[in-house]
Amino acid sequence: MRDAAGQTGADIAPVTRSGGCCPTGLAAQLAAERMTEAGAGRWVRPATQDAVALDLMVPAIRCAACMSAIETGLTNLPGVASARVNLSMRRVRVLFDPASASADAVIARLRALGYEAQPFDAKAMADIDRDTVGRDLLARLGVAGFAMMNVMLLSVAVWSGADAATRDLMHWISGLIALPAIAFAGVPFFRSAILSLRSGRVNMDVPISLAVLLAVGVSLYETAHSGEHAYFDAGISLVFFLLVGRYLDHRTRAVARSAAAELTALSARAATVILPEGGRAAVAIDDLATGALVEVLPGERIPADGVLEWGQSDLDRSMVTGETNPEPVAAGAAVHAGMLNISGPLRIRVSATGEATLLAEIARMIEAAELGKTRYDRWADKASRQYVWGVHVMSCVAFGGWMWATGGDVYRSVMIAAAVLIITCPCALGLAVPAVHAAASGRLFRRGIFLKDGAVLEQLAEVQMVVFDKTGTLTVGQPGLIAAPSDDDPAWPLAAALAEASRHPLAKALAEAARLRGITPAKIDTATEIPGAGVEGRSGAITLRLGRADWVGAGSADTTAVWLRAGDAEPVKFAFADELREDAAETVDWLKSRGLRVAMFSGDAEGPVARAAAATGIEDTRARMSPADKLAALEDLARNGVKVLMVGDGINDAPSLAAAHASMSPVAASDVSRAAAGLVFTGHRLAPVRFAIETAGAARARALENFAFSALYNIVAVPVALFGFVTPLIAALSMSGSSIVVTLNALRIRGFRP
Amino acid sequence: MTILGLLIPVSLLLGAIGLAAFLWSLRSNQYDDLEGDAARILFDEADKPRD
Repeated sequence: MRDAAGQTGADIAPVTRSGGCCPTGLAAQLAAERMTEAGAGRWVRPATQDAVALDLMVPAIRCAACMSAIETGLTNLPGVASARVNLSMRRVRVLFDPASASADAVIARLRALGYEAQPFDAKAMADIDRDTVGRDLLARLGVAGFAMMNVMLLSVAVWSGADAATRDLMHWISGLIALPAIAFAGVPFFRSAILSLRSGRVNMDVPISLAVLLAVGVSLYETAHSGEHAYFDAGISLVFFLLVGRYLDHRTRAVARSAAAELTALSARAATVILPEGGRAAVAIDDLATGALVEVLPGERIPADGVLEWGQSDLDRSMVTGETNPEPVAAGAAVHAGMLNISGPLRIRVSATGEATLLAEIARMIEAAELGKTRYDRWADKASRQYVWGVHVMSCVAFGGWMWATGGDVYRSVMIAAAVLIITCPCALGLAVPAVHAAASGRLFRRGIFLKDGAVLEQLAEVQMVVFDKTGTLTVGQPGLIAAPSDDDPAWPLAAALAEASRHPLAKALAEAARLRGITPAKIDTATEIPGAGVEGRSGAITLRLGRADWVGAGSADTTAVWLRAGDAEPVKFAFADELREDAAETVDWLKSRGLRVAMFSGDAEGPVARAAAATGIEDTRARMSPADKLAALEDLARNGVKVLMVGDGINDAPSLAAAHASMSPVAASDVSRAAAGLVFTGHRLAPVRFAIETAGAARARALENFAFSALYNIVAVPVALFGFVTPLIAALSMSGSSIVVTLNALRIRGFRP
Repeated sequence: MTILGLLIPVSLLLGAIGLAAFLWSLRSNQYDDLEGDAARILFDEADKPRD
């Protein structure tokens, strides 16, 4: 397997990050890192006779210019038959001739264009992408819409005074259109109502179905007896508006599910096993057996817990423990799944698989945390539970009352009870929350924030405290240069040249810093990486060393610095620190100004934690926390009634993400964390935390307004219906009017400015 | 009022054509990338229907 950067050479200038429209963010970095873990070729699948298809996730596609740049850029590549961007899903599908192009070449071209791409398993996504439920709802919506328009057209004639035979004709035609349309379009409601009644409960669909059936039944009776009032229009528009709500709700969930599935599709990984009889084989991580010998190249993550049998390297443990400093390891060391191998090839004897690994332990903690959490009661559920009973009681009262008042006029009483059911039917209520969720999640999606489902928004709106992890969350999780010799120092070109030969994070950061300073790496003769120590090179007769202090010969134990020694000259120091995200302090300030408590729970040592706390202004900090400590602290807070938003990325954060009232995770986080978090955000800033909280607040406000409006509507409409003043015209107007008002109110979120 | 005998079938027919067109567009995947299709009108070259 090749290093991702190695395919195009390290010298391709990255496309500017300040381009505004098309930044290469953390998602792209993540994708680049993943590339080293799975060869791109295995995602290619046959499409036509002479072409194969490759599906790629390209998170940085944002606009029309990106689309056209990618499509023309890829089509110009020899062997590529077609390239088509899906802007909504941020994906590209490329068809190419396997004889003259390769998956790696396609990805390399995309990278040269400035877009990081990640192949994914399109087959695993196919079920979600086809979205049969969504299409089914849309087709029913279309039929209901068609029928509603035509019936309304005919109703206008009745409202404007058609009578006798003409009215009957209109009613009959309306019925002929409405009956089959309702029979087809109303199926989702009827089915759900029957299911709910069978299990002995009453859900929102019961009064809906009842109202629709009663409206149709009464209208048929009226039409057959040349009556005046037929509610075909109300019945069909009821179905139409409720289907709109149902579809919006489905859409929000489908988008969220597809984002979640994409993230999972990213994590499909294999380990390289060295077979006892010689040779290597790729084995799915789930199928690794205890005792297997696994090879882990630099840049790969360790697939399972085990003991290091051969090799020497540095391990980045930040995903597992939250510690920032890479740890040098040698044969005999115990290693855990999820650690990143940095500098040298390793062979690991798998000592634990499945249930016995650290990861499985974390998974058990996540499960326990989720079980311990009380089931969240969604706003719509709360509202509809009270509503459903109210509606039924009301129409029973109407029927009983009119039976008594009219001395047993069944026809009159049924008509009025039906009118009450129709007018109180939760049209507005059925749209109130789905429309808000759809608008809010669309707004978040456009800013690169993905949410699991609508309930996440409701939970986020309620948080009182925000707990941050440090490494990878408040900080970028990558070292940045904090002290170095001046730019014209002769050490710089040498250091840059040596640093480019290494994959160690400090070396990568040093090379990047040199590039930003415009320093041209010196021409050197050789450069070899010495695992666990640094890089050694030669330039003419001079031996160059770039690496750990004790290896270079500088008397210092500081592990966050790299030293350069050229020949016998005095060593030069380059010091690093894990940089804070650029807007970390700003975000913390904003959270505090909103009256939220802010805390930091970290697995790192006290020193770095205190530094990060001072820089961001967080007073409540705890260091050296194990995953269990974090979980216990969060459960403690929950017991005291504090609703916490947890923001974290490491494997060690995953249980607390699951336990928290709401949770967010950067896209570069470990797989388990992303799976446990309710929201995943892209980009290298913390601003999405603020944006998500603001949007959730706005969504809550809009939902409450919608509920208030629905309540007001019912207060006005129910007495009118109870006293028998509702005509088909009033029913149709009030139903469409209230539905349109709540939808428009929900759409205000799109243009919301805090 | 006999004109109704003509107008009502005509309006129903027109509506049915609209419905059929919608169901056809739904079946031929035209709602898969709404954002992308909105952006595509800005391209000079890509004015061919999708293959």
